[in-house]
Amino acid sequence: MRQPKNIFSNLDWPLVGMYVFFILVGWINIYAAAYNEEHKNVFDFSQEYGKQFMWIAISIVLILLVLILDAKFFSTFAYYIYIIAIAVLIVTLFIGSDVNGSRSWIYFSDSVRFQPLELAKFATNLVLAKFLGDIGVRMQDISTRLKAFVFIAIPAVLILFQNETGSMLVFASFIFVMYREGLSGNILILGFALIVLFIFTLLIDKLIVVGFITLAAIVFFFLINRSRKNILLYLFIYFLTIGFVFSVNGIYENVLQTHQKKRIDVFLGKVTDIKDKGYNVNQSKIAIGSGGLFGKGFLNGTQTKYKFVPEQYSDFIFCTIGEEWGFVGSGIVVVMYVLLLLRILFVAERQRSSFSRIYGYGLASIIFFHVMINIGMTIGLAPVVGIPLPFVSYGGSSMLSFTVLLFVFIKQDANRMQVL
Amino acid sequence: MPANKSFTSRRYVINTIFVVIALVFIIRIFFLQIIEVSNKSSADNNVFRYITEFPARGLVYDRNGKPLLFNEVTYDLMVIPHQMGKNFDTLGFCKLIDTDIVTFRKKIKTATTYSNFLPTIYDEKIPKEQYGMLQERLSEYPGFYIQARTIRNYPQPYCAQILGYIGEITPDMLEDDEYYKPGDYIGISGLEKSYEKELRGKKGARIIMVDVHNRDMGSYMKGKFDVEAKAGQDLYTYLDIELQEYAEKLLANKRGSVVAIDPNTGGILAIASSPAYDPNLLVGRDRTKNYFELLSDKNLPLFNRALSGRYPPGSTFKPIVGLIGLQEGVLNTTITYPCYGGFPLGNGKMIKCHSHPSPLALLGAIQTSCNAYFCKVLKTTIENNHYPNTEAGFDAWRDYVLSFGLGNPLGVDLPSESGGNIPTSNYYNKSFGKGHWRALSVISIAIGQGEIQLTPLQLANVAAIIANRGYFFTPHIVKAIGSLDNLNKKYLIKKYTKVNPEFFNYIIQGMYGVVEGGTAHNIKMNNIQVCGKTGTVQNAGKNHSVFIAFAPKDNPQIAIAAVVENSGFGATWAAPIASLMIEKYLTHKVERLDMEKDIMDSKLINNY
Ligand SMILES: [Zn+2]
Repeated sequence: MRQPKNIFSNLDWPLVGMYVFFILVGWINIYAAAYNEEHKNVFDFSQEYGKQFMWIAISIVLILLVLILDAKFFSTFAYYIYIIAIAVLIVTLFIGSDVNGSRSWIYFSDSVRFQPLELAKFATNLVLAKFLGDIGVRMQDISTRLKAFVFIAIPAVLILFQNETGSMLVFASFIFVMYREGLSGNILILGFALIVLFIFTLLIDKLIVVGFITLAAIVFFFLINRSRKNILLYLFIYFLTIGFVFSVNGIYENVLQTHQKKRIDVFLGKVTDIKDKGYNVNQSKIAIGSGGLFGKGFLNGTQTKYKFVPEQYSDFIFCTIGEEWGFVGSGIVVVMYVLLLLRILFVAERQRSSFSRIYGYGLASIIFFHVMINIGMTIGLAPVVGIPLPFVSYGGSSMLSFTVLLFVFIKQDANRMQVL
Repeated sequence: MPANKSFTSRRYVINTIFVVIALVFIIRIFFLQIIEVSNKSSADNNVFRYITEFPARGLVYDRNGKPLLFNEVTYDLMVIPHQMGKNFDTLGFCKLIDTDIVTFRKKIKTATTYSNFLPTIYDEKIPKEQYGMLQERLSEYPGFYIQARTIRNYPQPYCAQILGYIGEITPDMLEDDEYYKPGDYIGISGLEKSYEKELRGKKGARIIMVDVHNRDMGSYMKGKFDVEAKAGQDLYTYLDIELQEYAEKLLANKRGSVVAIDPNTGGILAIASSPAYDPNLLVGRDRTKNYFELLSDKNLPLFNRALSGRYPPGSTFKPIVGLIGLQEGVLNTTITYPCYGGFPLGNGKMIKCHSHPSPLALLGAIQTSCNAYFCKVLKTTIENNHYPNTEAGFDAWRDYVLSFGLGNPLGVDLPSESGGNIPTSNYYNKSFGKGHWRALSVISIAIGQGEIQLTPLQLANVAAIIANRGYFFTPHIVKAIGSLDNLNKKYLIKKYTKVNPEFFNYIIQGMYGVVEGGTAHNIKMNNIQVCGKTGTVQNAGKNHSVFIAFAPKDNPQIAIAAVVENSGFGATWAAPIASLMIEKYLTHKVERLDMEKDIMDSKLINNY
């Protein structure tokens, strides 16, 4: 067994490098988005960019802390950390402040606040890695799936109660982890099919959808699968699907809340709401579109400068990138995210311990989901749900949480050789 | 561990999903940023406010340099609906501009229907008191701003029909010219319309940037892309505002018109149509109400009789008939024709004449306005043997008439000019059948009745032609554009009639006799030699009184035509009016105050 010479040896520098890239992209664009003529200093703590710098500094401290800690610390204490995270989520439900209808923030003072659900993402990833990584736990077992599902569902439901639909959806991303660990691939297809069905049912007349399903079922049955053995199962799935189609309106009308329905409506283009929910998306598309090939240049984004997109420095930071850096800039950012994800998966696959590998997949899934939803909403490909762009959006909670998420993984990787 | 091994290949599925989603995003961003350029202009619309700088419209001066109109700055309240935002304080705004919510909503809806992103006039010509207060508080109401605009203002309540008016551009006018934007003003009538391009100048634009709260963030690129407005060009006219005023006063309470031309240039000295109106009625806030009042007036004040009204010229047409006869060689100054109370038509009927010495030669015939004489002249002209038939003779005769600027619009620089009417042989072929008509069939045109119609402007031009001994410049108002030495080139061409100048002196001698001792002796002045011709035009109602004249007889300075509808003899109304105008123009003061008073005080308008 080799002992690391110091905490910086064996670090995966590509990951660290990409981390630094995103942090800087974020800071620069927050500066542009929140730019205030009277407070031009990028370190001015009264402005978002000054605060972001503070979060970056704290992140560095946290990184050092994570790297100093024993690599086994997080796997050893995974359950405890999870329990603490759940407890904080529950407490938040009671003492959290109401911000625009969501109760996900704990205020320490007027300007210092914390969003526990960020901790919950990390904790859930830890506990899932710990649980699925145990020798003897097999994904094929019903009990394993059930337990894994419960680990994910508890924080997800609590976050839903906090009225943070977007962050709740992030937990769906663990489906990739489960899939990698042996969950049937059908689950991905099923999930995808359900989303498509849901959308189509809301957009098109139900009877037409049913007609298509029936047609597809008949074609499938006679052309591909002629065996009569499974006919009962086959019919069961068929009627289940039809049932789903007819319950979609019920789900839509009764389960979803008005603002969620509105988001879906705007997203589906059923209502054009330039002023309200659609306003952000519309303005964001205008801002990005106005960037052109090379963008308007740093601090020259007129849409950004004159605040046509509300709170652009947080969830809509990608607009600033698009407007000021153009297709080249926004393209580079998207490509860098893909490289980051692929690097994480690559590093995950070289782990000896299941814990590290599963943790890596969880990390990639969370980042992927955030990026997909966040950029997706700014370019009108996803409904508007407020979740930050990892490492880039303004905000301490998400900044610290993603930093810890990533560096715990980097630490695991640095110590991979010490694992038997 | 072994269990996991078998799923290792799934990493590729996940990798692929990540890459595919990223590709979809990049394609989408590519479309947004490179393909769909429209977002770019939306962005411009968001941030940039294009403030149109309206140029000062050109002014109009009379021949003595007196301005006929001024520009006055007024303020319009503009709105860009989409900038109002959802938190717009409707109540506060309604209170500020003192309106009710229903009106407000209706106006905003109209504005939105036009465009959500372009400015529309919400309220125009804000009173000065309100302007100051609005300017101060308007920043609280995003989407609203004030724009200055110049409107017309008239120092004298005359010349309304000449100057015309400007009004908001209509949708179909918008399609014709890209220069205009909805809400722009454009010349609708008069000189404002015919010289729109010269008067309007060139709009400028200032680009300022606004933030989401519609706050002014300064000019874009330090005004690098701003375009200065270019002021419109001034018009220098031949009009004499005092003469014009005098004409309108003489015509007051009558239906009719007066046109005075300087025969040396074709410049119109005065052109009045009555009833007239104060041009100030059609500017300002009440202009719509005033407009509809004028529009519904049965005496048609908006109708410029001087160039749109068509009247049979009556006896004022006789000089032309005589001139053509002289040119055609069927007439000379010594040939005499008898008059037995009229001109027999052969079927027992006759064109009647009044009592006068008989027989008469040309001079006497003009002086006494003998109908029989000119019927005979017309008959010999168009039934002349050197034409194969009456139709050919008539066609030749008609060509002469057209050369006097009749039958077609003269091309004056005012809109809606009528061409009057000179019937064609085709017209008579249709009425009587080809080959079935003779001079007698159409003989009433010899005395300016029948189908012949002239506008007062054409009548005045005929007077100018006679004054010039055979040529004219197309009558026009504007002498020079932009500066006094930039002459209005279109109107510098001398146009000759088909009648030799030598013949005109005979006619002039006759017309001199008309005033000296003929039908219009009542207007004789001792100090000015006036040549004139009366006309008493039969029509459905009471006769129109018509008179054409020019003066002085030698070296004429003014040619004039006057028409007073349904009033009586030419000598009673039109001749005194024309005579007073001549006196006013040539001596700058009128000594025949009784005659002036009689005319000015006469109210014929109630008789109609
Ligand atoms: Zn007679």
